[in-house]
This record gives sequence, C-alpha cells and structure tokens, in this order.
Amino acid sequence: MAVKVLILVGTKKGAFILESGAERQSWRLRGPFCETWPMNHVIADAASGAIYGGGGNAWFGPAVWKSTDLGATWTHSSAGLAYAAGEEPIKAVWSLAPGAGTLYAGVEPAGLFRSDDAGQSWRHIAGLRDHPSRPHWQPGGGGLILHSLVLHPSDPRQLWVAISTAGVFHSADRGETWEARNQGTRADYLPEGQRYPDYGQCVHCLVMAAGKPDRLYQQNHCGMYRSEDGGRHWHSIEAGLPSTFGFPAATHPRDPDSLYLLPLNGDTAGRYVPDAQAAVWRTRDGGAHWEALRRGLPQQNAFFGVLRQAMATDRLAPAGAYFGTSTGALFASADEGDSWSCIAQHLPAILSVETLVAEA
Amino acid sequence: MANERSPSAAVVVTLPAALVRLFPGCARRVELSAATVGEAIDALEWRWPGMRDRVCDSTPRVRRHINVFVAGKRASLETRLPPGVEVMIMTAISGG
Repeated sequence: MAVKVLILVGTKKGAFILESGAERQSWRLRGPFCETWPMNHVIADAASGAIYGGGGNAWFGPAVWKSTDLGATWTHSSAGLAYAAGEEPIKAVWSLAPGAGTLYAGVEPAGLFRSDDAGQSWRHIAGLRDHPSRPHWQPGGGGLILHSLVLHPSDPRQLWVAISTAGVFHSADRGETWEARNQGTRADYLPEGQRYPDYGQCVHCLVMAAGKPDRLYQQNHCGMYRSEDGGRHWHSIEAGLPSTFGFPAATHPRDPDSLYLLPLNGDTAGRYVPDAQAAVWRTRDGGAHWEALRRGLPQQNAFFGVLRQAMATDRLAPAGAYFGTSTGALFASADEGDSWSCIAQHLPAILSVETLVAEA
Repeated sequence: MANERSPSAAVVVTLPAALVRLFPGCARRVELSAATVGEAIDALEWRWPGMRDRVCDSTPRVRRHINVFVAGKRASLETRLPPGVEVMIMTAISGG
C-alpha cells in the first residue's frame, strides 16, 4: 500500500506540515497553520487520522487546534480547559497524547486534562494537582509545564507525566491518584546531600521503549536515564555521551534498545550543540554504548539547540528520524539516523516535531 | 459578572481582526444588548461559542493582553454600559 509521511512541526509562529512519499527524499512544506499561534506540540492520532495542535497565544490564551483533513482546515477549542476561578489561569497547552478514545493534554501551569469527544471539550484530571508535592513544584526556564505524556499501550488505566520542575509521576487509575517516580535521578542544583529527592527533578523529556512498557528513558536537566520498572528506579546511561544536558529523546518504532538523544553543551554554556558541531547520538543497546551520527549535519558554526519535543521517528522500515532546531531548521534521516539532510530552514523556532504515516 | 438588576441596552461592540479570524462568520462590528461588559461578552459567547475563553481568562477577568474600552476608557467586566455606547475589544501590545 502506498503511504505518505507527514512531519508535524510546532513552532513559535504556527504549525507547519511537511509531506513526502515512503522514500522520504523530497518534501513539500505547508503552513503556517493555527493563525500563527505558538504551537508547543502538534501530533497525529494514528487511529483517526486527526491532527491536533496544543498551544497558547499571548492575547487569546490556551487552546487545542484540530484538523481532520491533514491540515487543510482547522478548528480550535478550549471548552473546559480551565482551572477553578481564582486559581492561576492556564497559559498554554504543552503536550498532547491520544489514547484509547481519550485525548490527554498537559498544560502550563502544570496540570492534566482529558477529552473524550476528540478535542471538543475538556475535563480537568484534578488528582495530579492534588498530589502532596504540588506546593513544591517550581517553574523551570520554560515555565511550570507538563511537557511529556506517556500512555501505557495496552492498559488505559496507566499513564506517566513529566513536569518541569517536579519530576516524573505515574498513575495506575486513570489519573485519580499519582506516585512520584524519580528514584535515581539527580538534581545537581540542590545542595550536596539533597540531590536525589523524591520529587523536584528537572526532567526534560520522557519516552517509552517500543514493545516494553516498563522500559522508560528520560533526558533530564542533569543526565540521561533508563528505567526497567516503569520509572520506580532510574539508572544513568550518560557514560559515553558528550554532556549530561539536553532536551529531546526519541525511541525507535520497533527496537526497545534503540534511543536517539541530542546532547547540548551544558545548561550554563549556551545550550547549543557541543563544539558547534551537530550530532544525534544513538544507542542500540539501551544506553550502554553510544555513537555520534554526524553525516549530513553541520560540523562547524552550528549554534543551535533542539528543544524537548523537537525530535521524533516515524514507523517505516528503515525508520525515519527527524529533529528541528531553535533556529528554524528541520533535519531528516530516512536511514535510522545514519545520514541526514536539511529539509527546511528559516522556519520560526521549532518547538515540536512529530510524524504521521498515512495512506497515500 | 453580569448585573441582573441593570436593564440591558443596545450597544455596539467592535472586535479585533485577530479574534474575528478565529470564528467563521463573525463580523468586526456587532450590535447586541448588554448592561455590562461581562454581559456583552456573554452575548458574544452565545453567538460564537468559545469566544469568552479568547477574551477572558478563568480568574475570571479580561485577559492580560486584551483591552476593553467603553466610550474610550479602559473597562473591566463590571463596567456598566449606557445605551448606544461603543465597546471596543482590542489586542494589546504583546508577543515577540
């Protein structure tokens, strides 16, 4: 069956879509969409084919945008996407994840909402903000944001969220109650002796290994980690990487041992690629060993960063890999990261990259 | 937000272009009956569901980067509307 591949790009000034065939060699760019609102996360629900964009506009507040025709037309809604009167209002939607008949949205200030009518209306999942740690959550550089949503692939009761700066939390009852799962992740910004708290870590991105729901990976402000037990315990996988700092993480669509990271030079050193030379780092053994993937990427004068939701893979074989930069360039690989090419540049700052493989 | 004891009056509300673009069929200039700014926004919400969320936050109050002027003066949701007055909803300086 012929397929087309869509790259869904959220930027500081609207959503964009790039489209290609299965060969993924030439791309056609469409956009900007969503009235040039800042779009923190643009995703596709593979089950329905709908595209959703979560964002927030400085004038008009937060909303989730939706297209059911692959981006040709869009609607938006924020019905129910609000905290109680008197609480700090929601500024923006930061993350979206489609589950079995439910669409989840993470927002700033950190909280979680669900929609059971395909994004037309929203309901607050209050249990997360009822967690006793909530008074101690601290906003990071991007705000107090719920940026990662990970759903269990076969158990709709289970989900994980990641909040900057609060850490990873897990629920086994559809969000009614939550448990902090941060044991083993470091908080270098706390005094010595207090660097492994129960919560308060600055997790940057949380992803699940393909076919292994108990295996999670995270890029943290302070290191890279793997968990084999759903986040109860974390183990460092940063040995062999050029720094302990970065934002995005992307898993392979089939191989649970493969992970892509894009380390940056450090939180106080500019937050661009180390030595101004771009590289995606790949492991094929769960983080025991790493290789730098540089072919086709700029190897001098590259002073860009890649944000937490701005790297993704597609589900084709060989898998495609993609990342977008803070300077508006989009890079793509059709061979699992072995070689790369720049397929768009001069876009607004790229905030998110996701993919959809659809029938042509 | 609405003052039920105040009689509604016919007023004219002008809307910013960036807001109108979000609601197909919406005009820049709208005539409606309202006794307060809050009631005027209720009336806009009734005609174009979702518009209140774009103009007001959940506090509830007019959004930080939206300004409402009644007869040329900055207004809040509680501001009363005399008959025939012009209500201007405007986008403030914002963005980057």
